[in-house]
Amino acid sequence: MKVIVPVKRVIDFNVKVRVKADGSGVDLANVKMSMNPFDEIAVEEAVRLKEKGKATEVVAVSIGPQQAAETIRTALALGADRGIHVKADGEVEPLAVAKILKGICEAEEPGLVIMGKQAIDDDSNQTGQMLAALLAWPQGTFAHKVEIGDGQAQIEREIDGGLQTVEIKLPAVITTDLRLNEPRYASLPNIMKAKKKNIDQKTPADYGIDITPRLKVLKVTEPAKRQAGAKLKTMAELVGKLREAGAL
Amino acid sequence: MASLVIAEHDNSKLGEATAKTVTAAMQVSAPVHVLVAGSDCAGVANAAAKLAGVEKVLIADAPPYTRMLAEPMEALIVSLAPAYDAILAPATTNGKNYLPRVAAKLDVPQISEITKVVSPDTFERPIYAGNAIATVQAADGKKIITVRTTAFAAAAADGNAPIEKIDATADSGASRFVGEELSRSERPELTAAKIIVSGGRGMQSGENFKLLENLADKLHAAVGASRAAVDAGFVPNDYQVGQTGKVVAPQLYIAFGISGAIQHLAGMKDSKIIVAINKDEDAPIFQIADYALVADLFQAIPEMEAELTKLGY
Ligand SMILES: Cc1cc2nc3c(=O)[nH]c(=O)nc-3n(C[C@H](O)[C@H](O)[C@H](O)COP(=O)(O)OP(=O)(O)OC[C@H]3O[C@@H](n4cnc5c(N)ncnc54)[C@H](O)[C@@H]3O)c2cc1C
Repeated sequence: MKVIVPVKRVIDFNVKVRVKADGSGVDLANVKMSMNPFDEIAVEEAVRLKEKGKATEVVAVSIGPQQAAETIRTALALGADRGIHVKADGEVEPLAVAKILKGICEAEEPGLVIMGKQAIDDDSNQTGQMLAALLAWPQGTFAHKVEIGDGQAQIEREIDGGLQTVEIKLPAVITTDLRLNEPRYASLPNIMKAKKKNIDQKTPADYGIDITPRLKVLKVTEPAKRQAGAKLKTMAELVGKLREAGAL
Repeated sequence: MASLVIAEHDNSKLGEATAKTVTAAMQVSAPVHVLVAGSDCAGVANAAAKLAGVEKVLIADAPPYTRMLAEPMEALIVSLAPAYDAILAPATTNGKNYLPRVAAKLDVPQISEITKVVSPDTFERPIYAGNAIATVQAADGKKIITVRTTAFAAAAADGNAPIEKIDATADSGASRFVGEELSRSERPELTAAKIIVSGGRGMQSGENFKLLENLADKLHAAVGASRAAVDAGFVPNDYQVGQTGKVVAPQLYIAFGISGAIQHLAGMKDSKIIVAINKDEDAPIFQIADYALVADLFQAIPEMEAELTKLGY
Protein backbone atom coordinates (compact mmCIF):
# COMPACT_ATOMS: atom_id res chain seq x y z
CA MET A 1 0.00 0.00 0.00
CA LYS A 2 1.26 3.41 -0.97
CA VAL A 3 0.81 6.25 1.52
CA ILE A 4 0.72 9.92 0.53
CA VAL A 5 1.68 12.50 3.12
CA PRO A 6 1.07 16.16 2.31
CA VAL A 7 3.41 18.52 4.18
CA LYS A 8 3.16 22.29 4.51
CA ARG A 9 5.88 24.83 5.12
CA VAL A 10 4.70 27.20 7.86
CA ILE A 11 6.09 29.72 10.31
CA ASP A 12 7.84 27.81 13.11
CA PHE A 13 5.55 27.28 16.12
CA ASN A 14 8.04 29.04 18.41
CA VAL A 15 8.16 32.25 16.42
CA LYS A 16 6.32 35.28 17.75
CA VAL A 17 4.01 36.31 14.91
CA ARG A 18 3.99 39.99 13.92
CA VAL A 19 1.22 41.59 11.95
CA LYS A 20 2.41 43.93 9.20
CA ALA A 21 1.69 47.59 9.83
CA ASP A 22 -0.17 47.97 6.51
CA GLY A 23 -2.66 45.26 7.46
CA SER A 24 -1.79 43.10 4.47
CA GLY A 25 -0.78 40.02 6.43
CA VAL A 26 1.84 38.77 8.87
CA ASP A 27 5.53 39.41 8.51
CA LEU A 28 7.21 36.29 7.11
CA ALA A 29 10.47 37.98 6.05
CA ASN A 30 13.47 36.39 7.73
CA VAL A 31 11.46 34.31 10.17
CA LYS A 32 12.16 30.67 10.84
CA MET A 33 9.94 28.35 8.79
CA SER A 34 9.38 24.66 9.53
CA MET A 35 7.21 21.75 8.63
CA ASN A 36 3.72 22.13 10.13
CA PRO A 37 3.91 20.14 13.41
CA PHE A 38 0.82 18.06 12.62
CA ASP A 39 2.42 17.08 9.30
CA GLU A 40 5.50 15.84 11.15
CA ILE A 41 3.17 13.55 13.06
CA ALA A 42 1.67 12.42 9.74
CA VAL A 43 5.10 11.65 8.26
CA GLU A 44 6.05 9.74 11.40
CA GLU A 45 2.87 7.65 11.25
CA ALA A 46 3.40 6.82 7.59
CA VAL A 47 7.03 5.87 8.15
CA ARG A 48 6.03 3.64 11.07
CA LEU A 49 3.46 1.92 8.81
CA LYS A 50 6.26 1.23 6.38
CA GLU A 51 8.52 -0.08 9.13
CA LYS A 52 5.71 -2.40 10.24
CA GLY A 53 5.31 -3.69 6.70
CA LYS A 54 1.84 -2.17 6.29
CA ALA A 55 2.96 0.44 3.77
CA THR A 56 5.22 -0.15 0.79
CA GLU A 57 6.03 3.41 -0.17
CA VAL A 58 5.67 6.83 1.45
CA VAL A 59 5.35 9.81 -0.88
CA ALA A 60 5.66 13.31 0.60
CA VAL A 61 3.85 16.08 -1.26
CA SER A 62 4.10 19.81 -0.79
CA ILE A 63 2.26 22.59 -2.56
CA GLY A 64 4.08 25.86 -2.14
CA PRO A 65 6.96 28.10 -3.15
CA GLN A 66 10.47 27.06 -4.12
CA GLN A 67 11.43 26.61 -0.45
CA ALA A 68 8.66 24.05 0.08
CA ALA A 69 11.16 21.64 -1.47
CA GLU A 70 13.12 21.91 1.81
CA THR A 71 10.05 20.76 3.70
CA ILE A 72 9.82 17.75 1.39
CA ARG A 73 13.52 17.08 2.06
CA THR A 74 12.77 17.06 5.76
CA ALA A 75 10.07 14.44 5.18
CA LEU A 76 12.52 12.41 3.08
CA ALA A 77 15.08 12.60 5.90
CA LEU A 78 12.43 11.28 8.29
CA GLY A 79 11.90 8.25 6.07
CA ALA A 80 9.62 9.17 3.16
CA ASP A 81 10.77 7.54 -0.10
CA ARG A 82 10.20 10.25 -2.66
CA GLY A 83 8.58 13.63 -3.07
CA ILE A 84 6.26 15.60 -5.30
CA HIS A 85 6.61 19.37 -5.26
CA VAL A 86 3.74 21.32 -6.79
CA LYS A 87 5.22 24.76 -7.16
CA ALA A 88 2.83 27.58 -6.33
CA ASP A 89 3.59 31.05 -5.06
CA GLY A 90 1.33 33.08 -2.83
CA GLU A 91 -1.61 31.91 -0.81
CA VAL A 92 -3.12 28.59 -1.90
CA GLU A 93 -6.47 28.03 -0.18
CA PRO A 94 -7.41 24.68 1.38
CA LEU A 95 -9.94 23.92 -1.36
CA ALA A 96 -7.33 24.40 -4.09
CA VAL A 97 -4.83 22.30 -2.14
CA ALA A 98 -7.45 19.56 -1.81
CA LYS A 99 -8.11 19.67 -5.55
CA ILE A 100 -4.42 19.35 -6.39
CA LEU A 101 -4.08 16.49 -3.90
CA LYS A 102 -7.05 14.81 -5.55
CA GLY A 103 -5.20 14.98 -8.87
CA ILE A 104 -2.13 13.47 -7.25
CA CYS A 105 -4.20 10.69 -5.68
CA GLU A 106 -5.76 9.86 -9.02
CA ALA A 107 -2.31 9.56 -10.57
CA GLU A 108 -0.65 7.73 -7.66
CA GLU A 109 -3.55 5.59 -6.41
CA PRO A 110 -2.49 5.45 -2.76
CA GLY A 111 -4.26 3.25 -0.22
CA LEU A 112 -4.07 6.00 2.37
CA VAL A 113 -3.45 9.71 2.71
CA ILE A 114 -2.22 10.82 6.14
CA MET A 115 -2.10 14.55 6.79
CA GLY A 116 -2.14 17.08 9.62
CA LYS A 117 -5.51 18.05 11.06
CA GLN A 118 -4.68 21.72 10.76
CA ALA A 119 -1.89 24.01 9.66
CA ILE A 120 -0.76 26.32 12.42
CA ASP A 121 -0.72 29.37 10.11
CA ASP A 122 -4.27 29.62 8.74
CA ASP A 123 -5.76 27.30 11.41
CA SER A 124 -8.42 26.15 8.93
CA ASN A 125 -8.71 22.45 9.79
CA GLN A 126 -10.39 21.49 6.52
CA THR A 127 -8.01 20.28 3.78
CA GLY A 128 -8.10 16.57 4.69
CA GLN A 129 -11.88 16.50 4.96
CA MET A 130 -12.17 18.33 1.62
CA LEU A 131 -9.83 15.89 -0.08
CA ALA A 132 -11.81 12.93 1.28
CA ALA A 133 -15.07 14.42 -0.02
CA LEU A 134 -13.62 15.19 -3.47
CA LEU A 135 -12.41 11.59 -3.76
CA ALA A 136 -15.63 10.23 -2.19
CA TRP A 137 -13.45 8.46 0.39
CA PRO A 138 -14.20 8.04 4.08
CA GLN A 139 -12.13 9.91 6.65
CA GLY A 140 -10.67 9.42 10.09
CA THR A 141 -9.98 12.89 11.43
CA PHE A 142 -8.13 13.98 14.60
CA ALA A 143 -6.52 10.54 14.87
CA HIS A 144 -5.20 9.46 18.26
CA LYS A 145 -4.47 5.89 17.20
CA VAL A 146 -4.44 4.16 13.81
CA GLU A 147 -4.78 0.41 13.30
CA ILE A 148 -4.54 -0.72 9.68
CA GLY A 149 -6.45 -3.94 8.89
CA ASP A 150 -7.40 -5.73 5.72
CA GLY A 151 -9.05 -3.21 3.42
CA GLN A 152 -10.07 -1.11 6.41
CA ALA A 153 -8.64 0.90 9.27
CA GLN A 154 -9.73 1.50 12.84
CA ILE A 155 -9.19 5.07 13.90
CA GLU A 156 -9.41 6.27 17.46
CA ARG A 157 -10.32 9.95 17.26
CA GLU A 158 -9.94 12.84 19.70
CA ILE A 159 -13.40 14.37 20.04
CA ASP A 160 -14.88 17.02 22.33
CA GLY A 161 -16.18 14.47 24.82
CA GLY A 162 -13.21 12.09 24.83
CA LEU A 163 -12.29 9.41 22.30
CA GLN A 164 -14.31 7.79 19.52
CA THR A 165 -13.39 4.78 17.40
CA VAL A 166 -14.57 4.44 13.81
CA GLU A 167 -13.84 1.81 11.20
CA ILE A 168 -13.32 3.16 7.71
CA LYS A 169 -12.86 1.38 4.41
CA LEU A 170 -9.66 1.99 2.49
CA PRO A 171 -8.66 4.02 0.58
CA ALA A 172 -9.24 6.80 3.07
CA VAL A 173 -7.89 10.07 4.42
CA ILE A 174 -6.59 10.26 7.98
CA THR A 175 -5.80 13.53 9.75
CA THR A 176 -3.46 13.53 12.74
CA ASP A 177 -3.95 14.86 16.25
CA LEU A 178 -1.22 15.64 18.75
CA ARG A 179 -1.20 12.35 20.62
CA LEU A 180 -0.93 10.02 17.60
CA ASN A 181 2.83 9.65 18.00
CA GLU A 182 6.00 11.50 18.88
CA PRO A 183 7.90 12.30 15.70
CA ARG A 184 11.53 11.24 15.53
CA TYR A 185 14.43 13.52 14.71
CA ALA A 186 16.21 13.01 11.42
CA SER A 187 19.65 11.46 11.87
CA LEU A 188 22.62 12.90 10.02
CA PRO A 189 23.04 9.84 7.76
CA ASN A 190 19.34 10.02 6.88
CA ILE A 191 19.63 13.72 6.08
CA MET A 192 22.49 12.85 3.72
CA LYS A 193 20.49 10.00 2.16
CA ALA A 194 17.49 12.28 1.67
CA LYS A 195 19.54 14.49 -0.64
CA LYS A 196 19.64 11.68 -3.18
CA LYS A 197 15.93 10.91 -3.08
CA ASN A 198 13.83 12.06 -5.99
CA ILE A 199 11.46 15.02 -5.93
CA ASP A 200 9.14 15.40 -8.94
CA GLN A 201 8.45 18.96 -10.02
CA LYS A 202 4.86 19.77 -10.88
CA THR A 203 2.60 22.78 -11.23
CA PRO A 204 -1.10 23.24 -10.38
CA ALA A 205 -1.74 23.40 -14.14
CA ASP A 206 -0.45 19.82 -14.46
CA TYR A 207 -3.56 18.83 -12.52
CA GLY A 208 -5.79 21.34 -14.27
CA ILE A 209 -6.34 23.35 -11.10
CA ASP A 210 -6.80 27.11 -10.90
CA ILE A 211 -5.40 28.30 -7.57
CA THR A 212 -6.79 31.83 -7.65
CA PRO A 213 -8.03 32.54 -4.11
CA ARG A 214 -11.81 32.48 -3.70
CA LEU A 215 -11.79 34.39 -0.45
CA LYS A 216 -10.59 37.96 -0.39
CA VAL A 217 -8.51 38.90 2.63
CA LEU A 218 -9.55 42.51 3.24
CA LYS A 219 -7.15 43.04 6.12
CA VAL A 220 -5.13 41.36 8.83
CA THR A 221 -5.00 43.09 12.18
CA GLU A 222 -3.63 42.54 15.66
CA PRO A 223 -6.02 41.14 18.22
CA ALA A 224 -7.00 43.26 21.21
CA LYS A 225 -4.09 43.23 23.65
CA ARG A 226 -4.51 42.16 27.24
CA GLN A 227 -2.59 44.11 29.84
CA ALA A 228 -0.73 42.46 32.66
CA GLY A 229 -2.70 43.14 35.83
CA ALA A 230 -1.83 43.19 39.51
CA LYS A 231 0.85 41.05 41.14
CA LEU A 232 -0.52 39.97 44.49
CA LYS A 233 1.33 38.84 47.57
CA THR A 234 -1.01 36.38 49.23
CA MET A 235 -3.89 34.09 48.41
CA ALA A 236 -6.14 36.03 50.79
CA GLU A 237 -5.44 39.16 48.76
CA LEU A 238 -6.13 37.32 45.49
CA VAL A 239 -9.44 35.88 46.64
CA GLY A 240 -10.39 39.31 48.02
CA LYS A 241 -9.71 40.91 44.62
CA LEU A 242 -11.78 38.26 42.83
CA ARG A 243 -14.59 38.89 45.28
CA GLU A 244 -14.38 42.65 44.63
CA ALA A 245 -14.40 42.06 40.87
CA GLY A 246 -17.56 39.99 41.22
CA ALA A 247 -15.87 36.86 39.89
CA LEU A 248 -16.58 34.95 43.11
CA MET B 1 -32.84 33.04 0.89
CA ALA B 2 -32.09 31.53 4.27
CA SER B 3 -29.39 29.92 6.33
CA LEU B 4 -29.21 26.40 7.68
CA VAL B 5 -27.64 25.72 11.08
CA ILE B 6 -26.56 22.17 11.82
CA ALA B 7 -27.47 21.32 15.41
CA GLU B 8 -24.88 20.00 17.87
CA HIS B 9 -26.40 17.38 20.17
CA ASP B 10 -26.03 13.90 21.64
CA ASN B 11 -29.52 12.72 20.60
CA SER B 12 -30.96 13.65 23.97
CA LYS B 13 -29.75 17.19 24.63
CA LEU B 14 -29.29 20.15 22.32
CA GLY B 15 -25.81 21.58 22.81
CA GLU B 16 -25.54 25.26 23.71
CA ALA B 17 -23.23 25.65 20.72
CA THR B 18 -26.34 25.48 18.52
CA ALA B 19 -28.00 28.53 20.10
CA LYS B 20 -24.78 30.50 19.59
CA THR B 21 -24.49 29.40 15.98
CA VAL B 22 -28.09 30.53 15.40
CA THR B 23 -27.07 34.02 16.57
CA ALA B 24 -24.28 34.09 14.00
CA ALA B 25 -26.60 32.73 11.29
CA MET B 26 -29.16 35.48 11.92
CA GLN B 27 -26.46 38.00 11.03
CA VAL B 28 -25.47 36.15 7.85
CA SER B 29 -28.82 35.33 6.29
CA ALA B 30 -32.24 35.20 7.94
CA PRO B 31 -34.54 33.32 8.27
CA VAL B 32 -32.71 30.49 9.97
CA HIS B 33 -33.57 26.82 9.75
CA VAL B 34 -31.99 24.24 12.03
CA LEU B 35 -31.18 20.70 10.95
CA VAL B 36 -31.26 18.08 13.67
CA ALA B 37 -29.66 14.92 12.32
CA GLY B 38 -29.54 12.02 14.74
CA SER B 39 -31.57 9.10 15.94
CA ASP B 40 -34.32 9.15 18.53
CA CYS B 41 -33.66 12.86 18.69
CA ALA B 42 -37.21 14.30 18.84
CA GLY B 43 -36.42 16.01 22.15
CA VAL B 44 -33.48 17.79 20.52
CA ALA B 45 -35.72 19.04 17.71
CA ASN B 46 -38.20 20.34 20.29
CA ALA B 47 -35.44 22.27 22.03
CA ALA B 48 -34.18 23.67 18.70
CA ALA B 49 -37.73 24.79 17.83
CA LYS B 50 -37.68 27.06 20.88
CA LEU B 51 -34.61 29.04 19.79
CA ALA B 52 -35.53 32.64 19.03
CA GLY B 53 -35.25 33.50 15.35
CA VAL B 54 -35.53 29.93 14.11
CA GLU B 55 -38.22 29.69 11.43
CA LYS B 56 -38.25 25.93 10.97
CA VAL B 57 -36.56 22.82 12.32
CA LEU B 58 -35.75 19.91 10.02
CA ILE B 59 -35.34 16.55 11.66
CA ALA B 60 -33.60 13.62 9.98
CA ASP B 61 -34.08 10.78 12.44
CA ALA B 62 -32.21 7.72 11.18
CA PRO B 63 -29.43 5.37 12.34
CA PRO B 64 -26.63 6.73 10.07
CA TYR B 65 -26.80 10.05 11.95
CA THR B 66 -26.59 8.66 15.48
CA ARG B 67 -22.92 9.66 15.79
CA MET B 68 -22.98 12.37 13.13
CA LEU B 69 -20.31 10.57 11.11
CA ALA B 70 -18.93 12.88 8.44
CA GLU B 71 -19.82 10.83 5.36
CA PRO B 72 -23.61 10.47 5.87
CA MET B 73 -23.77 14.04 7.27
CA GLU B 74 -22.13 15.32 4.08
CA ALA B 75 -24.69 13.56 1.87
CA LEU B 76 -27.63 14.84 3.92
CA ILE B 77 -26.47 18.46 4.13
CA VAL B 78 -25.50 18.60 0.45
CA SER B 79 -29.00 17.36 -0.46
CA LEU B 80 -30.51 20.29 1.48
CA ALA B 81 -28.01 22.90 0.29
CA PRO B 82 -29.88 24.23 -2.80
CA ALA B 83 -32.44 25.96 -0.56
CA TYR B 84 -29.87 27.96 1.43
CA ASP B 85 -27.29 30.62 0.79
CA ALA B 86 -25.43 29.95 4.01
CA ILE B 87 -24.79 26.78 5.99
CA LEU B 88 -23.29 27.09 9.46
CA ALA B 89 -22.11 24.64 12.07
CA PRO B 90 -20.47 25.23 15.44
CA ALA B 91 -16.70 24.64 15.39
CA THR B 92 -17.00 21.53 17.54
CA THR B 93 -15.15 18.35 16.62
CA ASN B 94 -18.38 17.27 14.87
CA GLY B 95 -18.77 20.46 12.86
CA LYS B 96 -15.08 20.50 11.94
CA ASN B 97 -15.40 16.90 10.80
CA TYR B 98 -18.36 17.07 8.41
CA LEU B 99 -18.65 20.67 7.22
CA PRO B 100 -15.46 20.90 5.08
CA ARG B 101 -16.77 17.90 3.13
CA VAL B 102 -19.93 19.85 2.36
CA ALA B 103 -17.91 22.88 1.21
CA ALA B 104 -15.74 20.75 -1.08
CA LYS B 105 -18.78 19.04 -2.60
CA LEU B 106 -20.37 22.42 -3.27
CA ASP B 107 -17.06 23.73 -4.64
CA VAL B 108 -16.84 26.67 -2.25
CA PRO B 109 -14.26 27.54 0.39
CA GLN B 110 -15.11 26.99 4.04
CA ILE B 111 -14.69 29.97 6.34
CA SER B 112 -13.45 28.36 9.54
CA GLU B 113 -14.13 29.50 13.10
CA ILE B 114 -15.52 32.95 12.49
CA THR B 115 -15.53 35.25 15.50
CA LYS B 116 -17.52 38.10 13.94
CA VAL B 117 -19.98 38.70 11.12
CA VAL B 118 -18.91 42.05 9.67
CA SER B 119 -21.52 41.91 6.91
CA PRO B 120 -23.37 39.01 5.29
CA ASP B 121 -20.36 38.17 3.13
CA THR B 122 -17.49 39.41 5.32
CA PHE B 123 -16.20 37.75 8.45
CA GLU B 124 -13.43 37.93 11.03
CA ARG B 125 -11.48 34.85 11.95
CA PRO B 126 -8.36 34.33 14.05
CA ILE B 127 -5.27 32.95 12.34
CA TYR B 128 -1.77 32.09 13.63
CA ALA B 129 -3.08 30.86 17.00
CA GLY B 130 -5.07 34.05 17.41
CA ASN B 131 -2.02 36.28 16.99
CA ALA B 132 -3.70 37.89 14.01
CA ILE B 133 -7.29 38.46 12.96
CA ALA B 134 -8.12 38.15 9.27
CA THR B 135 -11.13 39.90 7.76
CA VAL B 136 -12.20 37.80 4.79
CA GLN B 137 -14.83 38.34 2.14
CA ALA B 138 -16.53 35.48 0.35
CA ALA B 139 -17.90 37.20 -2.70
CA ASP B 140 -19.53 34.43 -4.68
CA GLY B 141 -21.34 31.21 -3.92
CA LYS B 142 -22.81 29.76 -0.77
CA LYS B 143 -21.23 30.63 2.55
CA ILE B 144 -20.07 27.54 4.39
CA ILE B 145 -19.04 28.60 7.89
CA THR B 146 -17.97 27.12 11.19
CA VAL B 147 -18.58 29.35 14.17
CA ARG B 148 -16.36 29.88 17.20
CA THR B 149 -19.12 29.74 19.75
CA THR B 150 -17.32 31.71 22.48
CA ALA B 151 -17.64 34.76 20.22
CA PHE B 152 -21.43 34.75 19.99
CA ALA B 153 -24.19 35.02 22.60
CA ALA B 154 -26.76 32.23 22.72
CA ALA B 155 -30.12 32.88 21.05
CA ALA B 156 -32.93 33.07 23.59
CA ALA B 157 -35.26 30.09 24.07
CA ASP B 158 -38.61 31.81 23.67
CA GLY B 159 -39.51 30.76 20.11
CA ASN B 160 -41.86 28.15 18.78
CA ALA B 161 -40.93 26.96 15.28
CA PRO B 162 -42.60 24.12 13.41
CA ILE B 163 -40.73 20.83 13.05
CA GLU B 164 -40.59 19.09 9.70
CA LYS B 165 -39.48 15.48 9.20
CA ILE B 166 -37.10 14.90 6.31
CA ASP B 167 -35.88 11.69 4.73
CA ALA B 168 -32.45 10.25 5.27
CA THR B 169 -30.12 10.12 2.27
CA ALA B 170 -28.39 6.91 1.23
CA ASP B 171 -25.39 5.95 3.36
CA SER B 172 -22.37 4.47 1.57
CA GLY B 173 -21.44 2.47 4.67
CA ALA B 174 -17.76 3.37 4.15
CA SER B 175 -17.49 4.48 7.74
CA ARG B 176 -18.80 2.75 10.84
CA PHE B 177 -18.97 3.74 14.50
CA VAL B 178 -17.20 1.20 16.69
CA GLY B 179 -17.20 2.69 20.18
CA GLU B 180 -16.38 5.64 22.36
CA GLU B 181 -14.75 6.45 25.63
CA LEU B 182 -16.23 9.64 27.01
CA SER B 183 -14.95 11.48 30.04
CA ARG B 184 -17.89 11.37 32.42
CA SER B 185 -18.19 14.19 34.84
CA GLU B 186 -20.82 15.98 36.86
CA ARG B 187 -18.92 19.20 36.31
CA PRO B 188 -19.99 21.76 33.71
CA GLU B 189 -18.67 21.39 30.18
CA LEU B 190 -15.45 23.28 29.53
CA THR B 191 -16.89 25.38 26.73
CA ALA B 192 -19.97 26.33 28.77
CA ALA B 193 -18.47 26.77 32.26
CA LYS B 194 -18.49 30.15 34.01
CA ILE B 195 -15.35 29.26 35.91
CA ILE B 196 -12.46 27.06 34.79
CA VAL B 197 -9.55 25.88 36.89
CA SER B 198 -6.79 24.64 34.66
CA GLY B 199 -3.57 22.77 35.33
CA GLY B 200 -0.32 22.41 33.44
CA ARG B 201 2.86 20.42 33.60
CA GLY B 202 3.44 21.96 37.02
CA MET B 203 0.73 19.64 38.40
CA GLN B 204 3.27 16.80 38.05
CA SER B 205 0.77 13.91 37.99
CA GLY B 206 -2.78 12.81 37.33
CA GLU B 207 -3.12 12.11 41.03
CA ASN B 208 -2.39 15.76 41.80
CA PHE B 209 -5.15 16.86 39.42
CA LYS B 210 -7.57 15.61 42.11
CA LEU B 211 -6.56 18.70 44.09
CA LEU B 212 -7.78 20.83 41.20
CA GLU B 213 -10.94 18.78 40.86
CA ASN B 214 -11.82 19.36 44.51
CA LEU B 215 -11.26 23.06 44.06
CA ALA B 216 -13.36 23.00 40.88
CA ASP B 217 -16.22 21.29 42.71
CA LYS B 218 -16.22 23.99 45.35
CA LEU B 219 -16.50 26.63 42.61
CA HIS B 220 -18.86 24.68 40.34
CA ALA B 221 -16.09 25.02 37.80
CA ALA B 222 -14.86 22.89 34.91
CA VAL B 223 -11.31 21.51 34.85
CA GLY B 224 -9.03 22.28 31.92
CA ALA B 225 -5.41 21.56 31.11
CA SER B 226 -2.48 22.49 28.92
CA ARG B 227 -1.24 20.23 26.17
CA ALA B 228 1.75 19.28 28.30
CA ALA B 229 -0.57 17.94 31.03
CA VAL B 230 -2.56 15.94 28.46
CA ASP B 231 0.52 14.62 26.66
CA ALA B 232 1.93 13.48 30.01
CA GLY B 233 -1.26 11.49 30.58
CA PHE B 234 -2.36 13.46 33.69
CA VAL B 235 -5.81 14.06 32.18
CA PRO B 236 -7.74 12.98 29.03
CA ASN B 237 -7.39 14.75 25.68
CA ASP B 238 -10.73 16.53 25.95
CA TYR B 239 -9.36 18.68 28.81
CA GLN B 240 -6.92 20.45 26.46
CA VAL B 241 -7.43 24.18 26.10
CA GLY B 242 -5.66 25.96 23.25
CA GLN B 243 -5.06 26.58 19.57
CA THR B 244 -5.55 22.93 18.76
CA GLY B 245 -7.80 21.96 21.67
CA LYS B 246 -10.83 23.75 23.06
CA VAL B 247 -11.38 27.48 22.94
CA VAL B 248 -12.94 28.78 26.13
CA ALA B 249 -14.00 32.18 27.41
CA PRO B 250 -15.33 31.82 30.96
CA GLN B 251 -15.92 34.62 33.45
CA LEU B 252 -12.93 33.37 35.40
CA TYR B 253 -9.97 31.24 34.27
CA ILE B 254 -7.51 30.16 36.94
CA ALA B 255 -4.26 28.66 35.61
CA PHE B 256 -2.06 26.62 37.94
CA GLY B 257 1.41 25.67 36.75
CA ILE B 258 0.86 26.72 33.14
CA SER B 259 3.68 28.72 31.53
CA GLY B 260 1.55 30.53 28.94
CA ALA B 261 2.74 29.31 25.53
CA ILE B 262 0.97 31.10 22.65
CA GLN B 263 -0.77 27.86 21.74
CA HIS B 264 -2.35 27.75 25.19
CA LEU B 265 -3.19 31.46 25.27
CA ALA B 266 -5.00 31.04 21.93
CA GLY B 267 -7.60 28.98 23.74
CA MET B 268 -8.24 31.12 26.82
CA LYS B 269 -7.16 34.72 26.34
CA ASP B 270 -10.73 35.88 25.76
CA SER B 271 -11.68 34.84 29.28
CA LYS B 272 -13.11 37.76 31.26
CA ILE B 273 -10.73 37.48 34.20
CA ILE B 274 -7.51 35.48 34.07
CA VAL B 275 -5.69 34.42 37.22
CA ALA B 276 -2.25 32.85 36.97
CA ILE B 277 -0.50 31.00 39.74
CA ASN B 278 3.04 30.00 38.92
CA LYS B 279 6.24 29.71 40.90
CA ASP B 280 8.28 31.33 38.13
CA GLU B 281 7.79 35.08 38.28
CA ASP B 282 8.90 35.39 34.65
CA ALA B 283 6.31 32.95 33.32
CA PRO B 284 4.81 34.49 30.15
CA ILE B 285 1.27 33.85 31.36
CA PHE B 286 1.73 36.70 33.84
CA GLN B 287 1.86 39.12 30.89
CA ILE B 288 -1.83 38.53 30.20
CA ALA B 289 -3.13 37.69 33.67
CA ASP B 290 -5.37 40.15 35.48
CA TYR B 291 -4.23 38.77 38.81
CA ALA B 292 -0.88 37.10 39.31
CA LEU B 293 0.36 35.15 42.28
CA VAL B 294 3.93 33.90 42.35
CA ALA B 295 3.55 30.79 44.47
CA ASP B 296 3.98 27.06 44.62
CA LEU B 297 0.71 25.59 43.45
CA PHE B 298 0.84 22.81 46.02
CA GLN B 299 0.56 25.49 48.67
CA ALA B 300 -1.72 27.77 46.69
CA ILE B 301 -4.48 25.23 46.00
CA PRO B 302 -5.19 24.38 49.67
CA GLU B 303 -4.89 28.06 50.56
CA MET B 304 -7.45 28.97 47.95
CA GLU B 305 -9.78 26.28 49.23
CA ALA B 306 -9.44 27.61 52.77
CA GLU B 307 -10.17 31.18 51.65
CA LEU B 308 -13.22 30.01 49.71
CA THR B 309 -14.47 28.08 52.74
CA LYS B 310 -14.27 31.31 54.73
CA LEU B 311 -16.48 32.92 52.10
CA GLY B 312 -19.05 30.18 52.53
CA TYR B 313 -18.18 28.13 49.44
C1 LIG C 1 1.22 22.19 16.96
C2 LIG C 1 1.15 22.52 18.41
C3 LIG C 1 -0.09 22.67 19.00
C4 LIG C 1 -0.20 22.96 20.34
N1 LIG C 1 -1.45 23.11 20.87
C5 LIG C 1 -1.57 23.41 22.19
C6 LIG C 1 -2.85 23.59 22.79
O1 LIG C 1 -3.89 23.51 22.14
N2 LIG C 1 -2.90 23.86 24.12
C7 LIG C 1 -1.77 23.97 24.90
O2 LIG C 1 -1.89 24.20 26.12
N3 LIG C 1 -0.56 23.80 24.35
C8 LIG C 1 -0.43 23.52 23.02
N4 LIG C 1 0.82 23.32 22.51
C9 LIG C 1 1.98 23.22 23.42
C10 LIG C 1 2.55 24.53 23.90
O3 LIG C 1 3.49 25.00 22.96
C11 LIG C 1 3.26 24.32 25.26
O4 LIG C 1 4.26 23.35 25.12
C12 LIG C 1 2.33 23.90 26.39
O5 LIG C 1 1.20 24.74 26.43
C13 LIG C 1 3.06 23.95 27.71
O6 LIG C 1 2.27 23.47 28.75
P1 LIG C 1 2.55 23.91 30.26
O7 LIG C 1 2.43 25.37 30.36
O8 LIG C 1 1.68 23.07 31.12
O9 LIG C 1 4.02 23.39 30.49
P2 LIG C 1 5.37 24.20 30.68
O10 LIG C 1 5.60 25.15 29.60
O11 LIG C 1 6.40 23.18 30.99
O12 LIG C 1 5.09 25.06 31.97
C14 LIG C 1 4.92 24.53 33.25
C15 LIG C 1 4.81 25.72 34.19
O13 LIG C 1 4.53 25.25 35.50
C16 LIG C 1 5.24 26.03 36.43
N5 LIG C 1 5.38 25.21 37.64
C17 LIG C 1 6.05 24.03 37.78
N6 LIG C 1 5.93 23.57 39.04
C18 LIG C 1 5.16 24.45 39.71
C19 LIG C 1 4.69 24.53 41.06
N7 LIG C 1 4.96 23.59 41.96
N8 LIG C 1 3.94 25.59 41.40
C20 LIG C 1 3.66 26.57 40.51
N9 LIG C 1 4.07 26.54 39.24
C21 LIG C 1 4.82 25.49 38.83
C22 LIG C 1 6.54 26.34 35.76
O14 LIG C 1 7.13 27.52 36.31
C23 LIG C 1 6.10 26.54 34.30
O15 LIG C 1 5.77 27.91 34.05
C24 LIG C 1 0.95 23.08 21.13
C25 LIG C 1 2.20 22.95 20.55
C26 LIG C 1 2.31 22.68 19.20
C27 LIG C 1 3.66 22.56 18.59
